[in-house]
Amino acid sequence: MTNLRAEGVSLGYDGLRVIEGLDLTLPDGKITAVVGPNACGKSTLLRGLARLHPLDGGRITLDGTDITAMPRKELARRVGMLPQSSIAPDGVRVAELVSRGRYPHQGWFGRHSSDDDAVVTTALRSTGVAELADRPVAELSGGQRQRVWIAMVLAQQTDIVLLDEPTTFLDVRHQLDLLDLLTELNRDRGTTVAMVLHELNLAARYADHLVVMSAGRIVAEGAPADVLTREVVSEAFGLRAQVVPDPVAGSPLVVPVGRFHSSAVEPSAVEPSAS
Amino acid sequence: MTTDAVETTVADLRAVRRRRRVLVVAGMTLVVLVAGTGALLVGAAGLTPGQAIAGAVGLGDKGDVFIIQKLRLPRIEAAVVVGAAFGLAGALFQSTLRNPLASPDILGISSGASLGAVTGLLALGLSGVVLSAMAFAGAGLVALAIWLLAWRKGLHSIRFVLVGVGFAYLCSSLVAWSMARAEENEAAGVLIWTVGSVSDIRGDQLALVATGTLVLSVAVAAVSRTQGPLSLGDDNARSLGVGVDAARIGTLLLAVALVALATSAAGPIAFVALVAPAIARRLVNDGGAALVASAATGAALTLVADVAGQHALLGVAAPVGIVTGLVGAPYLLWLLATTEKRSR
Repeated sequence: MTNLRAEGVSLGYDGLRVIEGLDLTLPDGKITAVVGPNACGKSTLLRGLARLHPLDGGRITLDGTDITAMPRKELARRVGMLPQSSIAPDGVRVAELVSRGRYPHQGWFGRHSSDDDAVVTTALRSTGVAELADRPVAELSGGQRQRVWIAMVLAQQTDIVLLDEPTTFLDVRHQLDLLDLLTELNRDRGTTVAMVLHELNLAARYADHLVVMSAGRIVAEGAPADVLTREVVSEAFGLRAQVVPDPVAGSPLVVPVGRFHSSAVEPSAVEPSAS
Repeated sequence: MTTDAVETTVADLRAVRRRRRVLVVAGMTLVVLVAGTGALLVGAAGLTPGQAIAGAVGLGDKGDVFIIQKLRLPRIEAAVVVGAAFGLAGALFQSTLRNPLASPDILGISSGASLGAVTGLLALGLSGVVLSAMAFAGAGLVALAIWLLAWRKGLHSIRFVLVGVGFAYLCSSLVAWSMARAEENEAAGVLIWTVGSVSDIRGDQLALVATGTLVLSVAVAAVSRTQGPLSLGDDNARSLGVGVDAARIGTLLLAVALVALATSAAGPIAFVALVAPAIARRLVNDGGAALVASAATGAALTLVADVAGQHALLGVAAPVGIVTGLVGAPYLLWLLATTEKRSR
């Protein structure tokens, strides 16, 4: 049981409060997606959870222990975080970059053991980049590169993995690939995953637990089917939308209404899915 | 079965990288040995290898012993030690600040040392070890000033570099102003503190610089493990468990100490700290900081430049700093041009 929990957390930048007194518990062994409009504080919250951003108030606990009271290296063995848009140093190769995920597990001299090699290999394999091991990261495509960074976080072997907009800059196929990969990780290893996503419908499909934020607070959270309603979308995004069942997954599908397209089909006319 | 194959690959790939690092260091060591041997034998008094060896161990002709032990050997050793210190310091600056242009030349730390020495020389009439101490203090003060101005709830690389560039101009202007005000005979002594030279480092001073560089290098080795995570950016480094600010402060302090020490003896030898790590990283090419390779490259570069300055430049004996400047500036331009192309 490893519970990452925010208790009355306040976060901000240079006196500008972004989040005030927020409570959140990441459900253990589940996939949590955090969605919300730009500048609602979702990335800041995730950075706070990973101890990348200092708290102005409240605390973040891991199994009841304040994470600021833990040595950073110990935290890094239990909580992994992929920040937004990481840039690999010039010339670094895939295997070497992924190996850096072993840092928190290594001692003073940092020799790579055969255990480290095995973990790195598994990480390369499960993200499908094993055959790229000797390639410079800079030469890879966006989708491949993102997989490599995720492999590095996997090599960190943490029970909890946080990802800040991991699908940004990826085309729709690679977005699905990546979310499938994270689902696999969650199912096979029981890893708790929490990510900030922009794409509402993918978030609704892949998350067990959906957190909708707006203006620094949580508007609604829970199972996507319960949370993602017309009212919530309207409140969080200021957006008129219809919510229909996703024909593939049965999860809520948000269909936004703009200014120029009136709704041809009323929501009631859409058959609810069987499940 | 396939798992085994890839596992060997990960270990193999690492071994390949390690071999390459060793090869680069070995190559640079070879350059040092060849250039050093040349420098021992060639000069106003040409010596045979036999005479040189005899002189080095204190046998043979008294004049030869003097030339080898008091003139040529110390100068070679000084070039190697000071060059290694600059190369290592440059590599630390560049990897810690994640900026290939960050080096003590550009950041004004070298010019701080010059200003300290020139002030000591002209205003206070100092000389010898006290003057070196002034240079050391000058470098340290500039580093501290950059620090204080760049620090804002953490150290931000780009602000550090920009503030440093400002200080470089300030110090250079003050040095130029001091020289303009100085008498003609004083200005010659000042020159060495603006271009850098290894011709007068010997005896106790050489021992001090060598010991200091060695001690600092050991300290660098102890903290160097954080360089890998740090090179991935602050957020990634923190996520991997590195206390970023502490690691950066520690590394930069060591880098500043190395520069201050080397500059206090040799003056600011242009471009070595900037160029040596760039060459080393390009040769090693594994995305790492290439610390050892940078030190070896710095040593080789400085020694070769000093030998060239003594013998190869149209009958004029030029201080090492002029040669490194002549070679380093075009190299920097070439580096900038090709990096630009690659990043597109």
